[in-house]
Parts: sequence; structure tokens; C-alpha cells
Amino acid sequence: MTQPSPTFEAPWHADVFALTVALHDNGTFDWPEWTHIFGSVLAQQGCDQELDGGDDYFTAWVIALEEMLSRKGLADSEILSSLKTAWTQAYLDTPHGQPVQIKRADA
Amino acid sequence: MPHDHAHTVLPSDPALRVKALETLLVEKGLVDPAAVQEIIETYEHRVGPQNGAKLVARIWSDPEFKKAILAEPMPILQELGYYGRQGEHMVLVENTPTLHNMVVCTLCSCYPWPLLGIPPGWYKSDAYRARAVREPRKVLAEFGLNLPDEKNIRVWDSTAEIRYLVIPERPKGTEGWSEDQLVPLVTRDSMIGTGLAQAPTQ
Repeated sequence: MTQPSPTFEAPWHADVFALTVALHDNGTFDWPEWTHIFGSVLAQQGCDQELDGGDDYFTAWVIALEEMLSRKGLADSEILSSLKTAWTQAYLDTPHGQPVQIKRADA
Repeated sequence: MPHDHAHTVLPSDPALRVKALETLLVEKGLVDPAAVQEIIETYEHRVGPQNGAKLVARIWSDPEFKKAILAEPMPILQELGYYGRQGEHMVLVENTPTLHNMVVCTLCSCYPWPLLGIPPGWYKSDAYRARAVREPRKVLAEFGLNLPDEKNIRVWDSTAEIRYLVIPERPKGTEGWSEDQLVPLVTRDSMIGTGLAQAPTQ
């Protein structure tokens, strides 16, 4: 018997998976709608390089979720980008071992 | 702040994008953080190939159950709680001495989550997704499964609406075994079709 591998190789894989399932659960989109967008992102990403089914697969998942939310008018790419910058800064500013929190000018 | 490596390790680009998505979705009230955590818990600890293995062991052991579930799987799967929230329809495909079934999703990675959990990396890889349909025999050989030429191989391509579970052949030498004894023989790969059920070890 081979050792069971972890369900998710990285916490962010689990996070983006669960966010997507939660959005589907509360009716934000239906599943065929999701697989359609995700399938086309995977196809685009796979044009330049062969995807190995790990980080690159979940990176495609992130792109697809951003795309889905943008199509539905639920997430503006500029807002996402500024939130990402805020998180980056928060990680850089937080001493090791402390919980990382973002500071929001508009919060 | 000077870069003295005392700060928390900076996550990767996609990880930061997920943080951004999560913040926005929670702020907008589109997802409940507790629900998200519950989904992760469920898939990490409560859903996995053991569900499919229990089903297969019962199918091997109970001819009436087998007949019923092969004919109409959904009501029984719902009753057993092996039912996906994606609203998919499950089809059970049975291996026989002359036919071997294997499952792929060429579009993305559709997979029977309630019965098998989250798919392994290779199931999601381009290599498997592109080649399983084109050259199944060669792909199976790479999994160490060399099927005789006379055994037919049927490849099932999953979709958002239809997912497949392979019912592997019951290993020889397990006559009279209980369901509980059979369960450990039913590997994840045997239910995807990239492996066989394990032979009993004496």
C-alpha cells in the first residue's frame, strides 16, 4: 500500500476549492457554469506548458474563480488587486509568528 | 521596514490572490467563513475513497443490492448519503473478465467527490487527461497495469453532470469474506480504473 497523500497539497488549494464550493452551495453559480469556465482556463494554461495537476492546476482554479466572479459583477479586478497588495504588505510587515491581518483604508 | 527576514514568509502569488478573493467574498457576505472551513474539514477528514470502497464491497457481497444500484444508482446513493452537492448523476460501470473500465475528465477534473474525495494530482494532470482516451492501454501500463490484449478497455469521460465509478472485479480467493474484510482491498485507483482491487495476502 502506498501512503495516503494529503487531500490538499497546500492550504491555499483547500481555500480556493472550499470558497468555490461554498459559492456554489449558496447558488451564486451552477456547477456546469463553473466547469465550463474552469475547463477553458485549464485549456488556455495548458497551451504554453503541460500542467502537472498540482500548483498549476489550482492556479488555473484561482484564475477561473476570478473570471467567474468578474463575469457576474461580483469582484472587480482592481479591488482584488488592491486587496492582494494589502495582504502582501501585511505579510511583509508582520513579525514571524504573529497573526497576519490586513489594514484597509476603506475598512 | 528593512528586509531582515524577520517577517512572516510571503505566500506565493496565487495564495495571495486567494486571500484577496476570500477577503472580498466574506466582506460582501457572499460566503460564510464557517461554511468554508466546514467544507475543508469535510473533504480533509470525512469524505474519501473509503466511501466508494464500502459501496463496492457491498456490491460484491449482495446480489440484490448490486442489481438495484446498477439499474438506478441515484436513489440508493442519496439514501446512503453519498450524494454530491454539484447535482451530478452517477453511473457505475462494472469490470468483467472481458472488459476493463477507466475514468477520466478531459475537460477539467470532474470526479465523484462523495465516493472518492478529492482527485489525486495525476488525475488532474494534462498528461493523464490528454492521453487516457487516446492511448489507454499505454497509460494503464505506466500505472503498472498490463492488461492482456484480448481485454477490451472502455474509457468514460466525466462531465459536470455525469460522473463514473468503476466497480472492479472481486479478487479471487475472497470467497466467503465479509464486507468489512473486502473494503481494504478496494483501492482508490481500482475505482478510477487505473488499478485493480488488491489480491488477498495470506
